[in-house]
Amino acid sequence: MSGHGLVGPVPVGLLAAVAAAGYLAAVLGRPWPARRTASWLTGVAGAAVGAPLTVHPDLRVHVAGHLLLGMLAPLLLVRAAPVTLALRTLPVARARGLARALRSGPVRVLTHPVVAGLLDVGGLWVLLRTGLHATGGPAAHALVAVHMLVAGTLFAASLVSPEPAPHRARLGVRAAVLVAAVAAHDVLARTVYADPPPGLPAEQARAGAELLYYGGLPVELALMVLLGAEWFARDRRTVLRPARAASSS
Amino acid sequence: MAAPTTGRGAAGAVAARAARRNVLAGVLLGLGAVAFLDEAVFHQLLHWHHFYDRASSAAGLVSDGIFHAFSWFATVAAWFLIAALRRDRALRPVRVAGGALAGGGAFQLYDGLVQHKLLGLHQIRYVPDLLVYDVMWNVLAVVLLVVGLVLLVRTRERRA
Repeated sequence: MSGHGLVGPVPVGLLAAVAAAGYLAAVLGRPWPARRTASWLTGVAGAAVGAPLTVHPDLRVHVAGHLLLGMLAPLLLVRAAPVTLALRTLPVARARGLARALRSGPVRVLTHPVVAGLLDVGGLWVLLRTGLHATGGPAAHALVAVHMLVAGTLFAASLVSPEPAPHRARLGVRAAVLVAAVAAHDVLARTVYADPPPGLPAEQARAGAELLYYGGLPVELALMVLLGAEWFARDRRTVLRPARAASSS
Repeated sequence: MAAPTTGRGAAGAVAARAARRNVLAGVLLGLGAVAFLDEAVFHQLLHWHHFYDRASSAAGLVSDGIFHAFSWFATVAAWFLIAALRRDRALRPVRVAGGALAGGGAFQLYDGLVQHKLLGLHQIRYVPDLLVYDVMWNVLAVVLLVVGLVLLVRTRERRA
């Protein structure tokens, strides 16, 4: 069942190769932090391994796919600052177009932490509570995988994007949304444990639920640490320039 | 209100917020530690609690989820506060410890009285004779809280 269709290893591998090559081509010959390149390549690899797993009917495998494609890969891709790289690489006219598109209303709405969080965690709730992950044809599988990656990336970007973002939500709002999303993720895992999705053996549902609960924790902690690091850096600046801090807050 | 930008003014601002931060870092640390011990000791070691208890209600599930998420956040936030205090040379470990004991004790007392008894969300252990567990739990909570408060009072800033 897995390994075929649009989310099979071959189409996913091709897409991943294109994504990796595009980033490397843009980095080539310009000063660019190696950790960002490493973050992108690891993220692409994580997504490529995770995507084919998400179509597997076994919940444990599906959850492993979710952790890689929907949580780990988005964080790594976002931390690779691909938009900044694109803005520096593209010809001026197209870079301006990209910058304009990123400032547009729909993008601002989709990258608000509350909206992105609802899309991300809400999508997972629908998927697991309805048993949708184990049904549907190749097109549905592809849609689910794309949604996982896109929603996860929007959510990670809304919280800890290193890119310049003029309309970023306040740190307190982002922290509150992150705590709420982690709580929703945990509650979902426990309900899957207690009340397996339709058509799943209880043993498999329990193992999948525990993997969902504990496997998500490293990414959730990484998000918290990145928010903390942002606070720490800003806090230092408010000491150095207390007057400016007082007038801007 | 325009804050002074001189070196002395900045130092004053650091000192003023450091007084609050030492306690806040402690309280968050205490909360996170109680939550972590609960998970490690009662779930993983003793197996008195389970990943999911049939006895837990929907409200219990949601409250556990929020608490679990917030306690990790509190732990991370506490360490960043402590790092900032160290950077500003304003860390007062005894005050942090006082905050941690008071915060951890207060949370444990809240858990023991409100969550366990008043709301009945879950119990310490699912045995017929619960009284000895409840008494030990709440007495320990009060001891932590009192020791923490004593430390906080003894390390209070003297007003100039």
